[in-house]
Amino acid sequence: MAQYIFYALSIVTILSALYVVFAKSPMYSVIAMIVCFFSIAGHYVLLNAQFLAIVHIIVYAGAIMVLFLFVVMLLNLNQEPDKSHGKLLRVAAAISGGMLFLVLLLSLNTSETGTFILPEKSDIGMVEHVGKKLFNEYVLPFEISSVLLLSAIIGSVVLAKKES
Amino acid sequence: MENALVSVPHNWYLLLSSLLFCIGVMGVLFRRNVIVILMCIELMLNSVNLLLVSFSAYAQNADGQVFVFFVMVVAAAEVAVGLALIVSIYRNVASTDIDSMKKLKW
Amino acid sequence: MNDQITNYSLLTILSILIPVFPLVGFLINGLLGKKVPEPISGWIGSIAVLASFVCAAAIFFTLPATESLSFNLFNWIAYANLNISFGFLIDPLTITMLLVITGIGFLIHLYSISYMHGDEGFTRFFTYLNLFIFFMLLLVMGNNYLVMFIGWEGVGLCSYLLIGFWFKEHENNNAAKKAFIMNRVGDLGFLLGMFALLMLFGTLDYASVAQAVQGYPINDGLIIGITLLLFIGAMGKSAQIPLYTWLPDAMAGPTPVSALIHAATMVTAGIYMIVRSNVLFAMAPATLDVILIVGVATCVMAAIIGLMQNDIKKVLAYSTVSQLGLMFVALGLGAFSSGMFHVVTHAFFKALLFLGSGSVIHALHGEQDIRKMGGLSKYIKITFITFMIGSLAISGIPPFAGFFSKDEILAKAFEHSPAIWIIVSLSSALTAFYMFRLVYITFSGNYRGTEETRSKIHESPALITIPLIILAILSIIGGFMGLPAITGLTHKFSNYLSSVTGAAAGILPEAHHLSHATEYVLIGVAVLAAIVSILIARYMYVTKGQLPANSDAELNGLQKLVSNKFYVDEVYNAVFVKPVVKLSTLIYEYVDKLVVDNVVNGVAKVTDLSGRTLRLMQTGSTTFYLLAMVCGIVVLFVIRLLI
Repeated sequence: MAQYIFYALSIVTILSALYVVFAKSPMYSVIAMIVCFFSIAGHYVLLNAQFLAIVHIIVYAGAIMVLFLFVVMLLNLNQEPDKSHGKLLRVAAAISGGMLFLVLLLSLNTSETGTFILPEKSDIGMVEHVGKKLFNEYVLPFEISSVLLLSAIIGSVVLAKKES
Repeated sequence: MENALVSVPHNWYLLLSSLLFCIGVMGVLFRRNVIVILMCIELMLNSVNLLLVSFSAYAQNADGQVFVFFVMVVAAAEVAVGLALIVSIYRNVASTDIDSMKKLKW
Repeated sequence: MNDQITNYSLLTILSILIPVFPLVGFLINGLLGKKVPEPISGWIGSIAVLASFVCAAAIFFTLPATESLSFNLFNWIAYANLNISFGFLIDPLTITMLLVITGIGFLIHLYSISYMHGDEGFTRFFTYLNLFIFFMLLLVMGNNYLVMFIGWEGVGLCSYLLIGFWFKEHENNNAAKKAFIMNRVGDLGFLLGMFALLMLFGTLDYASVAQAVQGYPINDGLIIGITLLLFIGAMGKSAQIPLYTWLPDAMAGPTPVSALIHAATMVTAGIYMIVRSNVLFAMAPATLDVILIVGVATCVMAAIIGLMQNDIKKVLAYSTVSQLGLMFVALGLGAFSSGMFHVVTHAFFKALLFLGSGSVIHALHGEQDIRKMGGLSKYIKITFITFMIGSLAISGIPPFAGFFSKDEILAKAFEHSPAIWIIVSLSSALTAFYMFRLVYITFSGNYRGTEETRSKIHESPALITIPLIILAILSIIGGFMGLPAITGLTHKFSNYLSSVTGAAAGILPEAHHLSHATEYVLIGVAVLAAIVSILIARYMYVTKGQLPANSDAELNGLQKLVSNKFYVDEVYNAVFVKPVVKLSTLIYEYVDKLVVDNVVNGVAKVTDLSGRTLRLMQTGSTTFYLLAMVCGIVVLFVIRLLI
């Protein structure tokens, strides 16, 4: 049963990702992106990482994509169709992207393989477990990341502010 | 729900992540709209996140998930600043075309 | 015992103070520069040297002649087996040199206050002069060869600065450069000698070297090599054949400089160095023979050239070279204390003669050509009398100072071989002749300058004449420090130095002493030769009233040869200078212009061209950059996979 869910989610993920790239209008891209993120959240659930799945939906679909949406609408980008690069560049991009994928596959194929010892029931992704890690071992990076967020807030406000 | 870890081999996750990453790379190279490029970068980040979570789940180690958490923090900051930059550039050149941002060449 | 220790610590302080005073004077004058008004900087310099003189005199009177004082100020170079300290050695030899340097140095400083009056470089002059005194004191006070070498190089530098003191005239700069470069040749010898000493003995300390060398057989090849190298150093500094041509040219400097550096002190550094290493040289009689030959040759050749010079200072310069040659004759004979004795008396009368010539030049407002002088005895009496005393002293007329020291060397020469005695006597007769030629042409007869300049001739002020008078007195009585053996009185000077030179005397073969009768005859012949020479000069230049020729055309072949200084300068020019210049031009034309220039310009051209080409890759398109980045990653992966 689980593998069928995995296949379905994977197909949705890849198709929506491709649509993000090839959509005519940025608006459609944003919508496809949201779909893609939800499917990735599904993967997280499948992997027993419930806490991350929730955080993912809140942060990505809820905050980041809304921000994208806002900007797209604010700049009124839907009026004109998107211009694309010249033919040569597009071919080059396709080739290099494909080459990258091939090379990645090849290197994964040649790398050493190990076996995982899988437990009956996994609670590694539960809030309790992740929270304990975060506030014990990783408490300092956690606090520093708050500073990073603060500086990002201030930076974006300064940048986006209208110059008088 | 049945445990996916048992029925889905880990290799599938590797394949999915690399495919997703390459789609992101191709998107960055294909598109001229800076906002879409930014979204493609998010796509790449997410492919890496997915890989980290899969490894963390299969290796029964929560460190990977904590990492994903931090990647999300950085991604959020990046998007916020990036979009602010785009807005401010748009205000100057009235375009989000990446080819309109060649001024630094000189 | 306790009393002695306090005494020694006092002496240590005094001896440290000696070089400090001139250094302080140098710093004050040098740092404040033109802010110090004219006479004050001169007085600062003079008083600094006077203070050193007082300290030196105090040491002279308190330290017994048999004692010496050696102490290290700090460890200078300590590396593996090498250990060189910066330290001073105070013994009779050092004290003798100290008294000469600071005493005569002070008189010359005083003289310069008046002589350099109105010169725009007045303060600079005293700055250099004090620096010179400092380095000269370092040279004689060091307790190892390296400290001596600092002083050695320092005085060379000051000599260069002072010869080229009036640097606005190109000729002076050339003379300064010539002196500096010729000294470098000698210094290289000195340096190599020091390295050899270090290799052989592992120390540069005088006492340790003297002790270590006595373990070697006499005339050991290594010791001969080292002493020859050191002698090359002495040759350069003390203007011996073949490195003597810089000294006559050095007369381009102000006259007090000629008196202080190029007559009384610096040029005797070579002699000091050899006397200081007398044990080393005594172990190598072969080197002593070389020194003897060089000394004799220099002594005669310079005296002959002196016969035909027409510049008052050039005559004195060649006379200095000749007298230095005489000192080396003494050293070559192993008579170290006699050599030092002549250094001291020579310092008195040669300083006197140079200062006297300075006074003449001063009176004539810069005229140096003796053909344009004449009859000056009427106008500048004090200068004339003191100059006369100096000339009598250098000619070896008793009882003046030169007589005693010269006679001593002549006696030693006769002990060694009569042939050398004949040659040296001949050169000293020549000395008497050219000195009195100078005196008669300058001071007797009628004035040959223009009427206009004649009315301006005046005796120099007291600051110039007082040093002249003091030096004249020293030239008269200076010789009594070393009375010859026949008088039955003790040779005070030789006794004083015996603690230094005694070690060498023990190594050298005992010379058979002359009988009193022989010695009387030798003295008689020498004095007679001098008097006859003076009379010939008088006959030629007073009675017959001859004058030196104005141009080469009036001279016969031999005279022409002498007048042109045996064409040594021209030969050096052709053999050393011209090939070097040619080679430099060649290298400039081919290596520099063709190779170096093209390489340098080529680098620039390649950079320019590649920059222009690579610039085209900078399209400014972000997509293109990213594409390149992805391609790069792919290439890296491929490389990773293939390897």
